[in-house]
Amino acid sequence: MKRLSILIAVLLMSLMCTAAWAKTYTISVNQFVEHPALDAVLKGLQDSLKEQGLEVKYNVHIAQANMATANQIAQSIAGENPDMVVAIATPCAQACAQIVKKAPHMAKVPLLFSAVTDPKGAGLVKDLNHPGGNITGVSDMTPVDKHLAMIMETVPGLKSLGVVYNSGEANSKTLVNMLREACKAKGVSLEETTASKTSDVYQATKSLVGRTQAVYVPTDNTVVSALESMVKVCEQNHLPLFAADVDSVPRGAVAALGFDYYLHGKQTGAMAGRIFGGASAATTPVEFQEGMSLHLNLKAAKAQGLVIPEAVMAKADKIVE
Amino acid sequence: MSLFALLGALEQGLVYGIMVLGVYLTFRILDFPDLTVDGSLPLGAAVSAVCITNGMHPVASLGMAMGAGFLAGAMTGILNTKLKILHLLASILTMTALYSINIRVMSGPNVSLLGVDTVIDPLINAGLPGYWASPVLFGGFVIAVVMGLIWFLYTEIGQTMLATGDNLQMITSQGVDTHKVIIFGVGLSNALVALSGALIAQNQGAADVNMGVGTIVAGLASVIVGETVFGAGSVPRAIVAAIVGSVIYRIAIALALGLKIGSFAFTPSDLNMITALLVVAALTGPKLKARLKRC
Repeated sequence: MKRLSILIAVLLMSLMCTAAWAKTYTISVNQFVEHPALDAVLKGLQDSLKEQGLEVKYNVHIAQANMATANQIAQSIAGENPDMVVAIATPCAQACAQIVKKAPHMAKVPLLFSAVTDPKGAGLVKDLNHPGGNITGVSDMTPVDKHLAMIMETVPGLKSLGVVYNSGEANSKTLVNMLREACKAKGVSLEETTASKTSDVYQATKSLVGRTQAVYVPTDNTVVSALESMVKVCEQNHLPLFAADVDSVPRGAVAALGFDYYLHGKQTGAMAGRIFGGASAATTPVEFQEGMSLHLNLKAAKAQGLVIPEAVMAKADKIVE
Repeated sequence: MSLFALLGALEQGLVYGIMVLGVYLTFRILDFPDLTVDGSLPLGAAVSAVCITNGMHPVASLGMAMGAGFLAGAMTGILNTKLKILHLLASILTMTALYSINIRVMSGPNVSLLGVDTVIDPLINAGLPGYWASPVLFGGFVIAVVMGLIWFLYTEIGQTMLATGDNLQMITSQGVDTHKVIIFGVGLSNALVALSGALIAQNQGAADVNMGVGTIVAGLASVIVGETVFGAGSVPRAIVAAIVGSVIYRIAIALALGLKIGSFAFTPSDLNMITALLVVAALTGPKLKARLKRC
C-alpha cells in the first residue's frame, strides 16, 4: 500500500514536471470543407506552431460544406474546452462566433479565423484594427486589381475576360464586385457566369466559349472544387484559365498570382503563437495576406493555346512543367 | 459526447423538428413528396434576418418568415394542381427559383445576425444559461406547433386534408375542391419549414443561401426513424414521432462527430453514410423483428 502511494506520488510529480516544461495547448478547428486550399491553411497553421516549438493537440472537424453541421461542430467545440478555436472559412467563423451566446465560457477562448474574405461584412469584427472581442484572424481578401494586371500582361491585348463564380458565396460576390470595378477602370469587358453547384461549373464555363479571351476563377469554394471541369473546357477551346489561388495551378490553371494558402495558414499560426504568448485577441488587428507568389503551369499554357511572355516568365516564383 | 454536444444535438433536433413536421404534413398526410423545403428553409431564414436587420422585432420577423414560406409552398401547390406539373417536378422548380429569390431577399448570399438581439436573448437576459436557453425555447415552439397541428388535423379542413392524402378520387367524388386543399396543405407545410429556418438563422448567427441543402433528406430520415422507433399508430402519435425522429437524427450526427472506438473515429465525411444506414435500419428493423417473432 505504501509502495503504491509512493509510486502514485512519483507519477504525479513527473506529470507536473512535464507540464511545467512544455504546456500542451488544445486547438479546436472548424473547417468548412476539404479542398486543397483550405487543407493547406490547416497544414500551414500546424507547421508554424510546431516551428515555434509549441506543443499543440488538435481537434479537427470538417463540416462537409453543410451549415447545420458547422453549427453542430461549433457546439461540440464548446464541450472540448480548447485553449483556442480556429475557424477556417466564413460560415464556420460565424457559427463559432455565435456560440459565445450559448456557452459564455467560450468568450474567454480566443477565436482565430482564417480564409475569411470580408470579416467586417460577415459581422465577425466591428473594426479591423481594434477587433475588441475575442475574435481576430487573417483575411484572404484578394487584391483583384493586381490579378487583372497580371492577366493583362500574360494575355496581351485582352479585351474581354470571363469569370465563373457561385453567387451564393459571400466571398465571391464581394470579389466579383471588385473585379467589375477593376475591369471598368482598365477598359476590359467582364463576362460573368454563375454556378450554384459543382455540377454546374462545366456548363457555366462552356457558356463563356466564344465570348471571352481568358477565364478567371476567384477564390470560390464551389468553383475551385470543380476546377478540373473548367480545365477541360478551356483546353478544348484554347481559353487560358487564370486562378486566384496557387493551389489551382498544378491542377491545370495557366497562372495564379495568389496567396499560397499554406503561407496564409502559417501567418495564422504566427498570430496564434503571439496570442498564446500573452497577446490579446481584442487588440490584435485583423491581418491580410502578406506575400504573393506567381505560379505558372507551362503544360497547361500549351494545352490552352497560350504563349507566356518572357517578362512574365521572369517574374515567376514557381513553374510547373 | 460532452454535455454541450448533447444539448447541441437536442437543440438542433428540436429546431429542425419544426421543419420535420412540415415534411410529415406533405409526405405522410398529403402524400405529396415536396422538395420545396430545400428552398423554403433558407427563405424563412432570409426573410427573418432581413426583417431583423431592418429593425423589426425578432418575434414579428417569424410571422413574416412563415408568410413567405406559405407563399412558396402555395406556389408549388398551384404548379401541381392548376398547371398539372408532376408534384416532384413542381417542387423542384419552386426550390430552384427560391435560390435566386433568396439572394434577392438578402441582396447577397449571407446576412449576419452576430451581435443582434434574437428570440433567444430574452431567455438569456432572464438568467438562463445560454446552452439551455435554445433547447428550452425551441422545446416551447415545438410543443406549441405540435398542439396546433393536432388541433388543426381534427378540424373539418384537417380531416379533409387527411382524406385527400388517403384517397384523392374518393374525396373528389364527394365534391371537395382538392386543389384548394393541396395548395393550402403544401403552403402550411412550408410555413412551418420557413419558421424552422428563421429560428435556425437566429440561433446560428447568420442566414445563408446554402443552408437549405439536404433539408429534405434530413426531414424524410427523421420522419421514418421516428415512426420506427416511436410508432405512428394515430395522428398525434405520428406527429410526436416526427419530433423524436428529428432529435435521434441529430444525436446520430453528434455521435458521428465525436465517436472514437480505439483508433477508429468517424469523420464528418462519414455523415451521409451514417444517415443512409440509419434510414435503412429504421426501414428494415420492424420487418426483421416480425420475422424473428415467427421463428
